[in-house]
Amino acid sequence: MKTIDLESSRDTAFMDAVACESGQELKSCYQCGNCTAGCVYTHDYDLPVHQVIRLVQLGQKEQALSCRSIWLCATCQACTTRCPNNIEVARVMDVLRHMARRQGKTPERLVKTFADSFLKSVARHGRVFEAGLAMTFAIKSGKPMQDAGLGPAMLTRGKLAFAPHEPSNQAKTEVAGIFDRFAAGKPACHAEPTAATTEAKQ
Amino acid sequence: MSVRLGYYPGCSQGSSAAEYDISTRACCKALDVELVDVPDWTCCGSTPAHTVDHHLAGALSARNLRQAEGAGLASVTTPCPSCLAALKTADLHLAEPAFRTEVERLLGGPAPGHVDCKSVLQVLYEQIGAEAVTAKVKKPLAGLRVAPYYGCLLSRPPALMAFDDPENPVSMDALLRACGAEIVDFAYKTECCGAAFGMPRLDVMTRLSARILGAAVEAGADCVAVACPLCQMNLDLRQGQVDSAAGRAASNLPVPYFTQLMALALGLSDADACLNKLVVPLEPALAKAAARAREAAAAKAAKEAAKKQSKPAAADAAKPEAEKEASCA
Repeated sequence: MKTIDLESSRDTAFMDAVACESGQELKSCYQCGNCTAGCVYTHDYDLPVHQVIRLVQLGQKEQALSCRSIWLCATCQACTTRCPNNIEVARVMDVLRHMARRQGKTPERLVKTFADSFLKSVARHGRVFEAGLAMTFAIKSGKPMQDAGLGPAMLTRGKLAFAPHEPSNQAKTEVAGIFDRFAAGKPACHAEPTAATTEAKQ
Repeated sequence: MSVRLGYYPGCSQGSSAAEYDISTRACCKALDVELVDVPDWTCCGSTPAHTVDHHLAGALSARNLRQAEGAGLASVTTPCPSCLAALKTADLHLAEPAFRTEVERLLGGPAPGHVDCKSVLQVLYEQIGAEAVTAKVKKPLAGLRVAPYYGCLLSRPPALMAFDDPENPVSMDALLRACGAEIVDFAYKTECCGAAFGMPRLDVMTRLSARILGAAVEAGADCVAVACPLCQMNLDLRQGQVDSAAGRAASNLPVPYFTQLMALALGLSDADACLNKLVVPLEPALAKAAARAREAAAAKAAKEAAKKQSKPAAADAAKPEAEKEASCA
């Protein structure tokens, strides 16, 4: 069992950043475990979701951002739906993944590769080009044959478009612009929860 | 009453989920829902965008809301739950000044005001309703046992989606029942199918989809009705992968979109129902259902004939009981 010195390793800036970026008050989590009980991904997680939340509560940045669980959350929203304290748990998992990305941590390399390939396709075509995404992923993943068997079924049913179904050049430029400005960097979090989000949580 | 709405198809409707788009448009037309395509729409960002950054996701969706707003479309409907969640999430957070500012920076221009977004399922259930559907049914899906599978997002999280019951949604049940189908008791209505993990973590996706298909078979369903392109792909296209990972014989369970089943019941054309796009064919299940319906009708007719024949005796036997009931009341 791993021992953690809670005093020396507590990172309050991390705790504040998670609260700010997610807009969630994690102090209200009393570790009932309802999120974990309903999570169908617990089987594949290295840390069950309530423990990830606990690590954030204790300011354990390194452990929270290194786990595989934050990459394997599919945002199915069972946790958020069932949290008795109205914490948007899935949004917190999202924010932890954002932070892990920014720190270059990728314990689930292919999950990151898939998301990156998807967004690259959107940045280029304005919409996802499914066949192109599948090909790119097959090559980048190092598992080119995994879904090769699905090809014939899709082809014979006309479910695989060979050319991207693109919007106008104007729309493509606008979408590419969003990605360019995103890549140029963003300011640090200074968001305050507003009436709209507070209301929606109730 | 006719309804006019903006329509945001979403990227998969042009290829892997073409049958969802076609059957949705056909059902809406038949049910007097006018769909006006959001002009020059682009990707909403879907799951990958929000897993990378919330402002990026917000901007990708906001661009589409702005397109809708610019076309005078105050309400937008989409068949895809992931698109819906992305659009609604953006719409909600754009009310926060800091979020709005950053989204406007990414957009390089003003963000849209509020746009009301709903799933096609919600529109058909709330704005058209089961009764109006029943009134237009020409070929009831008699005898067809359907497991209604909603997936994660259509009603969750409830504060955001504001539709149906988050744990036990019933809207699809009602619409398909209105089409004459029999809805089986299905406990996996909202359990996740493995979502977008089909490519990066096939093992995770197959484990989760195997539970759903298994539960539907156990419930005696002839097919699983779905409302999400990703769920449909995992359960239908990847059904072979799912069954082989589970080490079991082929489930052979068709997975049509609920709009395809509705198109059949509304008596729309084969081109509208698009059954030929399904990997596991629905036709055998339809034939089985028709045979079951014929058997049930024959059994009912035989019972009535028998009742008629022994009517005098039956009437005498029923008499004391009827009197007893009357005295109880």
